[in-house]
Amino acid sequence: MITVEGLSKSYGRFVAVDDVTFNCRPGTVTGFLGPNGAGKSTTMRIISGLTPQDRGSATVDGQRYVDIPNPGTKVGVLLDASAQHAGRTGREVLTLGAMTMGLPRRRVDEMLELVSLTPPEAKRRIRDYSLGMRQRLGIAHALLGDPQILILDEPANGLDPAGIHWMRGLLREYANRGGTVMLSSHLLHEVEVIADELIVIGNGRIVAQDTKANLLKTAGTFAKGLEPESLARALSQAGIHATPSGDGGVRTESTPEAVGRAAAVAGVVLLELRAADGAGLEEMFLQLTSDTQRDVATPEESLV
Amino acid sequence: MSTATAPTPYAPAPGTAPKPSLVRLVTVELRKLVDTRAGFWLLASIAILVVLASASVMIWAPDSAITYDVFMQAAGYPIGFLLPVLAILSVTSEWSQRTGLVTFTMEPRRIRTLLAKLVATVIAAVAAVVVSLALAAVANVLGAAVNGVDTVWNNGASEIFDWTLLQLLGLLLGFAFATLFRISAVAIVVYYAYNLVISGLLSVLAAFQEWFADIQGWVDFSFAQIPLTTHSMDGEAWAQLATSGTIWLLLPLAVGTWLVLRAEVK
Repeated sequence: MITVEGLSKSYGRFVAVDDVTFNCRPGTVTGFLGPNGAGKSTTMRIISGLTPQDRGSATVDGQRYVDIPNPGTKVGVLLDASAQHAGRTGREVLTLGAMTMGLPRRRVDEMLELVSLTPPEAKRRIRDYSLGMRQRLGIAHALLGDPQILILDEPANGLDPAGIHWMRGLLREYANRGGTVMLSSHLLHEVEVIADELIVIGNGRIVAQDTKANLLKTAGTFAKGLEPESLARALSQAGIHATPSGDGGVRTESTPEAVGRAAAVAGVVLLELRAADGAGLEEMFLQLTSDTQRDVATPEESLV
Repeated sequence: MSTATAPTPYAPAPGTAPKPSLVRLVTVELRKLVDTRAGFWLLASIAILVVLASASVMIWAPDSAITYDVFMQAAGYPIGFLLPVLAILSVTSEWSQRTGLVTFTMEPRRIRTLLAKLVATVIAAVAAVVVSLALAAVANVLGAAVNGVDTVWNNGASEIFDWTLLQLLGLLLGFAFATLFRISAVAIVVYYAYNLVISGLLSVLAAFQEWFADIQGWVDFSFAQIPLTTHSMDGEAWAQLATSGTIWLLLPLAVGTWLVLRAEVK
């Protein structure tokens, strides 16, 4: 159980984490979702005792992280897979971890096997690892002490689709066995698949927090017309208020039936008509992202 | 890609495992000194340079200089030059290589890790000193044979103690600067700047200002170490080593330790 209460952290005038409160419960995967720079990593570093908070508290099973006698055997932490000495081999990193935590050496081989790092790969130095291999090694390190709680910052970064699929299965099973998983991501769809609970954070503040089922259960209808203007006209004639949503579609608070009838009366061709599950969360997330990410420049332009 | 299998439990009651003992932490830190190529070659190059230094004495020194003392002094250069770097990297790599993210989450009481690093680097230094003394002894015997002179063992336990202490003080000073700056390049540059520039400037100051010449031994750490090199330590020299060492070694180490305990690891 991770308990965070009224947590705040500022760097000078910049408020990185602003009065954040949440729980991560055993048996669940909690997705910590937010754009880059929203305060996810800072929150996770505070929970892991690496960054002192200004106000509030963060505890793991009721204990401050720094008070846990042998934290690696209780909380598996992966904050940045690239934060490893480039000159060490993968096996050496796990061996140091096993030595520090006082684990038998066979744990190293077990974990290497678990994350599918082959013996030749484990003997290579980390500077020659791809980001995906570093993530696997990091997950192996987090699981080394057989902790009941996992804190993973962007663990899917750099994994190929098969790797992401593998990690989802691993974390799902870990939670099903009663483990607590807190994982962050800046991609909605990534956490949508695996998380039971979602915490959405932007500009250091929590903007939404609920079970995934509740957050995705948006009332209303998503519709997309062949000619968006005619659909909009048809809906407004029928007295249905609609807002633009997604790729040329609209979202309304009405039922799919009402929207379908309005379109039929006006003779408008519909390409899509369905319950707007998740659209609300996606809109909120896009809003959050565009507010905080300054996406004025196209990716190409910002590379120049 | 293997299918996901749940990690196998190994311990009777996870989470209740005791604190990593200091012995364990020291063992880990010792291992970290040599488990990278950089660390391994740093230690290996100390041995290699001691051999080279001994060889140059054998080849170029006059017969009268083929003594254990000369070989020991020659071995002191590579040791004095590289041991502080070993100590510096042991601390700064946690920040510059960002391994602190892992190290300090496994042992969040950073003072214990720092202490383990201090003990580990001192153990490594003592080992380097012992190996160098042995190499110097071999060189002394060889040098005497090659040059056709009698083997001269002119250094006793007290000279060896002075010399060893000198190497350890250099290592500790590097360690202190490392905690203060936590950036490899900065700590190394400051360490050498201190040895080469600041101590030189203080000597110049002493040459021109009588008031400073009077107190130099008490405040100038390098100057206070000179009696160690000349094996002429007396009560006043020890007192001066203690006061100047407090200013240049203990004070930076205290501030540095405070910073290490607080510095954010990103």
